[in-house]
Amino acid sequence: MSGTLARVGAMVWRYLYILRSSWVRVLELAYWPTVQMILWGFISQFFMTQNNVLGQAAGLLVSGVLLWDVLFRAQLGFSVVFFEELHSRNLGHLFVSPLRPLELVAALMTISLIRTLIGVGTAAALAVVFYGVHLTDLGLALVAFFGSLMMMGWSVGLLVVALVLRHGVGAESIAWVAIFALAPVSGIYYPIDTLPDWLEPVAWALPSAYVFEGMRAVLLENTVRLDYLGYAVGLNLLYLGIGVVVFLATFRLARKLGLLLQSGE
Amino acid sequence: MSDPAIRVEGLRKHYGPVRAVDGLDFSVRRGSTCALLGGNGAGKTTTIAMLLGVLLPSSGSIHILGEDILRHRYRVLPRMNFSSPYVDLPQRLTVWENLMVYGRLYQVPKLRRRLQELGELLDIAVFFQRRHRSLSAGQRTRVALAKALINEPEVLLLDEPTASLDPDTADRLRGVLRDYQRRTHATVLLASHNMSEVERLCDAVIMLKGGRIVATGAPHDLIRRYGRQDMEEVFLDIARGMESGEIRP
Repeated sequence: MSGTLARVGAMVWRYLYILRSSWVRVLELAYWPTVQMILWGFISQFFMTQNNVLGQAAGLLVSGVLLWDVLFRAQLGFSVVFFEELHSRNLGHLFVSPLRPLELVAALMTISLIRTLIGVGTAAALAVVFYGVHLTDLGLALVAFFGSLMMMGWSVGLLVVALVLRHGVGAESIAWVAIFALAPVSGIYYPIDTLPDWLEPVAWALPSAYVFEGMRAVLLENTVRLDYLGYAVGLNLLYLGIGVVVFLATFRLARKLGLLLQSGE
Repeated sequence: MSDPAIRVEGLRKHYGPVRAVDGLDFSVRRGSTCALLGGNGAGKTTTIAMLLGVLLPSSGSIHILGEDILRHRYRVLPRMNFSSPYVDLPQRLTVWENLMVYGRLYQVPKLRRRLQELGELLDIAVFFQRRHRSLSAGQRTRVALAKALINEPEVLLLDEPTASLDPDTADRLRGVLRDYQRRTHATVLLASHNMSEVERLCDAVIMLKGGRIVATGAPHDLIRRYGRQDMEEVFLDIARGMESGEIRP
């Protein structure tokens, strides 16, 4: 166990060295979440003058956009950091060391968490300054929402990484767009019952739908929907399991095809 | 007699109709330095990749330090290491950072002291704080060797260890490898196209052609058997199609 922690720690250091080496990279982490938050903050302010549901919960849109960014940054932080290994043709060295594939996955999850906290944390702090929106108004449920979205981001990240491991860096643009396919059915800015009947089951099969419905329940009704949290956690465990299985199967395929020593641009 | 450090039996790697490695049987004695030779496409890199466990064979078995590498590679990987000019280190990290990462992965005790030792040994301490991408090809090769020696491996696999080095640096590096091997009694398997290097460093040679072994033996034995002056000529004979049955008296 101590060996595993040491190796995961070594890889986390490896990724922190990259972050530490460039303030531009750190700035980039916070840039888009902040721009998104500012944009949706102004939209919220405009809508609030129209006496609609947003008037009851000023932070609804801004909270939605910040939580969505947790999901996006979690997936991106996981996938893009893995691509660093491909670009630097380092996979061959890594996998002839005692590092195991699941230890690499654990390191990617850790650095993804750190990157998300930097990016979304900055935007969340600025939301307080600009609009008086406190994400912490979600209370303890915020921790559950955050954890749930991180797990979902990692699940998608694992699938993206598996795809790129199999097909090479030419497929890495998938990392930037994969999660957006889920945005319309996640109910970020509107309730799931807004969707057509035939699409609702698809939405309810996603952990993100339960998180965003749960967020609205807290902000509009002051209710923590534990049932939603339970479904989100259950689905996340299922999808994370699938992601790990697909990643390990692809890793084995990469060993069979000799892709680990050939990876690169 | 102790078990060989490396034992390979019936090793094959086929990609569809292409037989990259086609039935290798060989062993490498503990504490020896063995060269894996052959022209481009002979199967050297494929064989090394299978020995490291990053490429799965189509069939056959590989035992390293008594462990089945296909079933228990994580038992033996901490006792091995590898260097190749075709596998790089992260470009954005400094030399020191890269070596720290690999030292931690191999759980090297007293890591900072070990890095200072390697820095002096390979003359890389002067550019410890430079980013890997800013290094010359020769400097990268030395850093790669530092990474390969970081855990004092019992089995060291080297793919063209002195490629891209000037003659002086290459000679010093061969000295480092020879001293390391003598001090630790490590087993070294190297793929090289530099025949004088093979004559100077290696106790044994395995010659590959078309994924098969076409000759084995000590360098001086092969030179005598092929009736040649040096390994360069032996290599050319084999590469140009002379089999052992055609050996000159």
